[in-house]
Amino acid sequence: MRDVDINRLNEMYLDILKELGNIGAGNAITALSTMIGKKVNMQVPKVKILDFQEVSDIFGSADTIIVGIYFDLDGDVKGNILFALDIKSAASLIWSLMGLEVKEEFDELEKSALEEIGNIMAGSYVASLSTLTSLNMKISPPAISIDMAGAILSVPAIKYGEISDKILFIETQFIEGEKLIKGDFFLIPDINSFDLILKALGVEVNGK
Amino acid sequence: MENKIYRVGMADAKVTQSPGILTTIGLGSCVGIVLYDPITKVSGLVHIMLPYSNKMSDNSNKLKFADTGIQILIEEMVKIGANPKRLISKIAGGAQMFSSKINSDIMNIGERNAIATKEVLGKLGIPIVAEDIGGNYGRTIEFYSEDGRLLVKTIGYGIKYI
Repeated sequence: MRDVDINRLNEMYLDILKELGNIGAGNAITALSTMIGKKVNMQVPKVKILDFQEVSDIFGSADTIIVGIYFDLDGDVKGNILFALDIKSAASLIWSLMGLEVKEEFDELEKSALEEIGNIMAGSYVASLSTLTSLNMKISPPAISIDMAGAILSVPAIKYGEISDKILFIETQFIEGEKLIKGDFFLIPDINSFDLILKALGVEVNGK
Repeated sequence: MENKIYRVGMADAKVTQSPGILTTIGLGSCVGIVLYDPITKVSGLVHIMLPYSNKMSDNSNKLKFADTGIQILIEEMVKIGANPKRLISKIAGGAQMFSSKINSDIMNIGERNAIATKEVLGKLGIPIVAEDIGGNYGRTIEFYSEDGRLLVKTIGYGIKYI
């Protein structure tokens, strides 16, 4: 087993991840657009690499309440996926999908609608990665948490923590009607799967 | 001295003397470990993410792990006047943020972090005088070195001192 160190990843690798993010997020947004039956405009996704210290602040502050929708990834590639949204964006999605105005808190119906939105987006995201790499990947049913950003983002941070002091994610922004929706995808392959994805794409890491 | 507030991030640690306040915001599966010398009131807080440093290929960041994180925290506290024999601890965090439907083959990391923290403190002979561990929700903690109180704040699960 070779160790992959994301601190040392080269430009080419980042470019590939960016492209994967683009295609994956593009597919996810298309799926969303079909689901809500409205046109959705997507901005070019951004690949971001941050230190642990910075990651809990990507939604403003570590105690900002956000929505996290989480999946296990299984098949040739094992790992996890987290789709994180700010509360306003999540409420906008509920409005677009169900025509419901979210009151103070999300109720069970609204939570399961968010899980379903996450499911469809993560599913199409993974499907596009699977096609690109010819690797088999499937996602578990979704699990949702609405809590402090720091607490939710500690989950991908810990997963990345096993291999690095940095964390990598893909920031997507899309516009539905008048509403700007911002969501972040964290794709967290297990250490061995990281290597597998890169090999499938013909990339060699660690200068070998 | 003013009541200075020191913020501790993930894989980070800070020490202070009374009346300094140590805080870490949004603990999820991580564990926040407060060490306190009740006589000198020297206090320390470390925010660990993973159990043991020797199980990882990349263990360069010592504050990421329960074992090395606690060790470094003690060293830093001794430098500003703590007696390691007098230390007591309060711990919080170790939640499982996403539960139920997901059947992960690895044991829940929050639980593993909490177990490792207790093992390390136990080996060092540092008593755990208060804890708020587990559940499926995040916690923000604030430690007051003046009187040794630890405030635990949650979203929807109340606010309390332990």
